[in-house]
Amino acid sequence: MKLVTAIIKPFKLDDVREALSEIGVQGITVTEVKGFGRQKGHTELYRGAEYVVDFLPKVKLEVAIADSLLDQTLEAITKAANTGKIGDGKIFVTDLAQIIRIRTGETGEEAV
Amino acid sequence: MQDQIFELQYAMDTFYFLVCGALVMWMAAGFAMLEAGLVRSKNTTEILTKNVALFAIACTMYLVCGYQIMYDGGYFLSGVTTVAGMDDAAIAEILAASNEAGFGDMGEYSGASDFFFQVVFVATAMSIVSGAVAERMKLWAFLGFAVVMTGFIYPMEGSWTWNGDSVFGLFELSYSDYAGSGIVHLAGAAAALAGVIVLGPRKGKYKADGTIMAIPGANLPLATLGTFILWLGWFGFNGGSTLKLGGIGVANEVANVFLNTNAAAAGGLIAALIVARLMFGKADLTMALNGALAGLVAITAEPADPTPLLATLIGAAGGVIVVFSIVFLDKIKIDDPVGAISVHGTVGIWGIFAVLLSDADATFGGQLVGMLTIFIWVFVTSIIVWFALKAIMGVRVSEEEEAEGVDLSECGMEAYPEFVTQ
Repeated sequence: MKLVTAIIKPFKLDDVREALSEIGVQGITVTEVKGFGRQKGHTELYRGAEYVVDFLPKVKLEVAIADSLLDQTLEAITKAANTGKIGDGKIFVTDLAQIIRIRTGETGEEAV
Repeated sequence: MQDQIFELQYAMDTFYFLVCGALVMWMAAGFAMLEAGLVRSKNTTEILTKNVALFAIACTMYLVCGYQIMYDGGYFLSGVTTVAGMDDAAIAEILAASNEAGFGDMGEYSGASDFFFQVVFVATAMSIVSGAVAERMKLWAFLGFAVVMTGFIYPMEGSWTWNGDSVFGLFELSYSDYAGSGIVHLAGAAAALAGVIVLGPRKGKYKADGTIMAIPGANLPLATLGTFILWLGWFGFNGGSTLKLGGIGVANEVANVFLNTNAAAAGGLIAALIVARLMFGKADLTMALNGALAGLVAITAEPADPTPLLATLIGAAGGVIVVFSIVFLDKIKIDDPVGAISVHGTVGIWGIFAVLLSDADATFGGQLVGMLTIFIWVFVTSIIVWFALKAIMGVRVSEEEEAEGVDLSECGMEAYPEFVTQ
């Protein structure tokens, strides 16, 4: 089982969600985050004082999937979140040691 | 028949004071929203608490002693006719006085309505201070200052100006200030300036190398709403200062006051917006809001006599001045999160002298002496009170408290709670 974490541009969330639905992914968790990579921030102005906004708003998606679904998931997210412009984001794949469904107590692949 | 007309006049002029007083009371909501919008979310509850509390304190202190000091209205309003006091004999007395005076004069009106109209001005002057000292002052130190400002400092200078009393028996002022550019706005700004000097800037606002850091406000919709509320309330502020409605000449004056007040605000906003665009390259909403208020302050000393065009230009000049003043104060490290000292002080001074553009009876010397008297009195007494408060209880919250927000340290309550589990 894998945990796929993706940082994407906020306006791409709906596209990614749809794409994941299409390949059968049943649940995701979404967080509003701020961050920067090689996409630099921008300068804002407040009452004459300039300030650099380094941290840009992004959306972090976390989805737990069975190993068999990994490649499709990565492809779905990559295609849906891509704009071709700097700041599209990154995907991190980590191993999941255990999953438990709280309501039923199911574990492992059945809990995905 | 004449008696009935006198009764009507009494009622109309009393009613006018009451409605205008209610409009000025509404300005308290305007200040509260404007300030709440321009501070950070972690400091919002505290500034709202300051605003509601200072209004209540102003009303109470002015009732206790302020009105007596300013207008000899009696401690605890002993001089105001209560409901029980307005018996048939009292009414007959008023009618007799009216019949003697005829229709030319000020006429009779309820003393209670006079107090009501005056007290809301005290609150306005005091609320100017709350924005300038925002985000780092101890709440109770501020409220302590409010007690002295509304019970003593403001009533004293009010007595020398609007009540014509001599200044400590030394000299009398020949100073013209219709609704209080100096008496209310400059006074508030002087107290605010004194406070900010004693308090110091917010942590992190001015870097050692001279860079000015931006600390953006958390809620610009509230700030905008607050400005519009102030704009509306100002019709009562300036309009009510005509002090009378019942009569052709005076009603026309009131109408012109409303018109000019509005025109000045519009002029101020446009001017400030353009200046900000030219200076910073973008349309700065907060400067536009300050510009509208600056226009209102600028016309407040003489909203009746100018032509509508002149009123617009006076307001526009205020809008230009305020932007430069805000930038300048930041340069000399006077940290004013909402621009109160600039809007009410710098432009208040402009308003005092703008009177000369349309009022033939005002003199430069009279305006100058009046302005200096108000400023020096309020600034010096305020500095003394601020230093006293600093010695007694401290005026500034600790660095830690400032970092986590005064909502928590002073009020124990967040304005925008997150992570609520219920």
